[in-house]
Amino acid sequence: MRRLKFVGATLAAAVLGLAAGSAACAGPTLDGVRSRGVVTCAVNPGLAGFAMPDHEGNYQGLDADTCRAIAAAVLGDAGKVKFVPANAQQRFTLLQTGEADVLARNTTWTLLRDTENGFNFAPVTYYDGQGFMVAKKLGVKSARELDGATICVQPGTTTELNLADYFRTNHLSFKPLVIEKLDEVENAFFSGRCDAYTTDRSGLAATRASKAPNPDDYVILPEIISKEPLAPAVRQGDDEWLDIVSWTVFAMIGAEEKGITSANVDAMTRSDDPEVQRILGSSPGLGKALHLDDKWAYDIIKQVGNYGEVFERNLGARSRLNLPRGLNALWTKGGLMYAMPFR
Amino acid sequence: MSVGLTRALRWTRANLFNTPLNGTLTVVIAFLLLRFLSPMIDWAVLRASLSARDDRACAAVGGACWAFIRDWFRFLIFGRYPYAQQWRPAIVLVIFVALLLASFSRRLPARRLAPAWLGGLGAVALLMRGGVLGMPYVETGLWNGLPLTLILAAGGLGASFPLALLLALGRRSSLPALRVICTCYIEAARGIPFIAWLFLMLVLLPLFLPPGLVIAKLWRAEIAFALFIAAYLAEVVRGGLQAIPRGQYEAADALGLGYAQKTLRVILPQALALTIPAQVNTFIGAFKDTALISIIGLFDVLQDTNTALNDPAWRMAYVEGYLFTGVIYFAFCYSMSLYSRGLERHLGQGRR
Repeated sequence: MRRLKFVGATLAAAVLGLAAGSAACAGPTLDGVRSRGVVTCAVNPGLAGFAMPDHEGNYQGLDADTCRAIAAAVLGDAGKVKFVPANAQQRFTLLQTGEADVLARNTTWTLLRDTENGFNFAPVTYYDGQGFMVAKKLGVKSARELDGATICVQPGTTTELNLADYFRTNHLSFKPLVIEKLDEVENAFFSGRCDAYTTDRSGLAATRASKAPNPDDYVILPEIISKEPLAPAVRQGDDEWLDIVSWTVFAMIGAEEKGITSANVDAMTRSDDPEVQRILGSSPGLGKALHLDDKWAYDIIKQVGNYGEVFERNLGARSRLNLPRGLNALWTKGGLMYAMPFR
Repeated sequence: MSVGLTRALRWTRANLFNTPLNGTLTVVIAFLLLRFLSPMIDWAVLRASLSARDDRACAAVGGACWAFIRDWFRFLIFGRYPYAQQWRPAIVLVIFVALLLASFSRRLPARRLAPAWLGGLGAVALLMRGGVLGMPYVETGLWNGLPLTLILAAGGLGASFPLALLLALGRRSSLPALRVICTCYIEAARGIPFIAWLFLMLVLLPLFLPPGLVIAKLWRAEIAFALFIAAYLAEVVRGGLQAIPRGQYEAADALGLGYAQKTLRVILPQALALTIPAQVNTFIGAFKDTALISIIGLFDVLQDTNTALNDPAWRMAYVEGYLFTGVIYFAFCYSMSLYSRGLERHLGQGRR
């Protein structure tokens, strides 16, 4: 078995090595996108709130809107995105072989992915993390009160390992109830077979919103036991393209900081604030530095919206998931969203 | 009493109540059917919701949540094909059903069947792709759902058939080199799981192609599919070839027929007719294997259902979703099975 794993790892490394070799000479991504007239974006095939086709088959969600924002910045038209649905295994290959220009697929930014695997990450678009959900009537306010509890968890992911680590670190005991299928693990929790259910907090909120008999009967505990910063990824070796994707994310966050929305962006072009003028291209220069039109950020905000709008529409109060902003609030409101200065 | 009713009563007495044992069995089975069918009918029909807004509203009624199918119907069938252009895949479905019906009812003479399918597939590709006659171009990544499943199955099975014939004949050839090549191919293709083939085509092929040459994922999957099925089908055909009595070969030789004539006019027709059940077995298995392509990110009809079930409004409607997909698969598999039965009857096999 160990030998098999070793052979598998060697093969995978060989494939990745080959891919990295060919990617380095693939040429600037921006030129490719301009000549094709479309941004190719690898997304999750179906994950509500991040990338999920609507009834007419158009991808909706935070990741999908990030892709649209890039298209708006580069091509001036948020509609010029080709979405490539990618599952967990193939997502990196798609990016490496050049079949995708960007990977916006709820992908966690890790050291190995950033280095050996050959990717670079743009700023985080969603700070996720593993948490716990319990029934309100249990009266539990913190995960530290879960000593001896039965906990529902799905096997085979880091979720299970994080759970064990957390309880060991805090010298608590627990009984895992391991169930493979999402539907079944959710049913087990809501039918009371376990005291708590653990997975990523966005997943907990989605489960509570869509499956709880009464969502108000359940609470998500404040502890976050693992960090899952989700960020768009691009190939290593094309700094120009990384800058464009990074500043697209910053433009959405910066617009929220400055109160620029898709509704008021036209009025804001006449704003007295010099930074707003620079963002929207009223005083030119920043677009040229990115090798883009000076209207790049204006197009993003006008056609897609600022980060807050995108969040509320896909994940927040205006969506079925109804996730709180939490860590994803602006830094001025206790969150981690922080745009670098536009100058 | 009407004639029909009298006849029905007579049939009932003759078939269901002709002996005391049969009468008792009829009553017991009828009771069991009622006992188990009635909750199903209650769930699927009587308490079903057609217009609920989400699965919670369905749960309140307690029956099947067909409203999910209604809400997502077009996506379940056509996936992400551009919404305004979905009349095109709709026509494609009509073409496929017409071809199946024409084949099944034996309206078309056998020698017109292959050209009809070829022409049909050409029209299908043209409709799906567009770019002509004012139809906007649609890239293959958006060919989703049922049309994709049918294109993969029809294209893959159609392409695999001639290949399988060549492989089967090659494996029985008297030329050692040819025999070894065919045997190696068949064993390699059968020895590697289909999923591995798909990954090979998806991941490795682009790395070896010259830069700039991109073969769409759909065609890569189609090629992998045809190559894979051909290996299985070749063995089925070889079984048929081995079942032909030596006398047939000798008779053909005695008539002075060459290899091609002997094979095409004497041996193959008999071998193929003999192996219809096994061929259909392979075809039906292959049709269902098309669902595996969702692994490489193509949206077949099953993947459409999986995706729609991620909608927070309908997360609990998975039984209904998968039932719907199951019915679609069953309809096509069963029609293949019906077709083969008709073909066997026509050729008089099995009654010898």
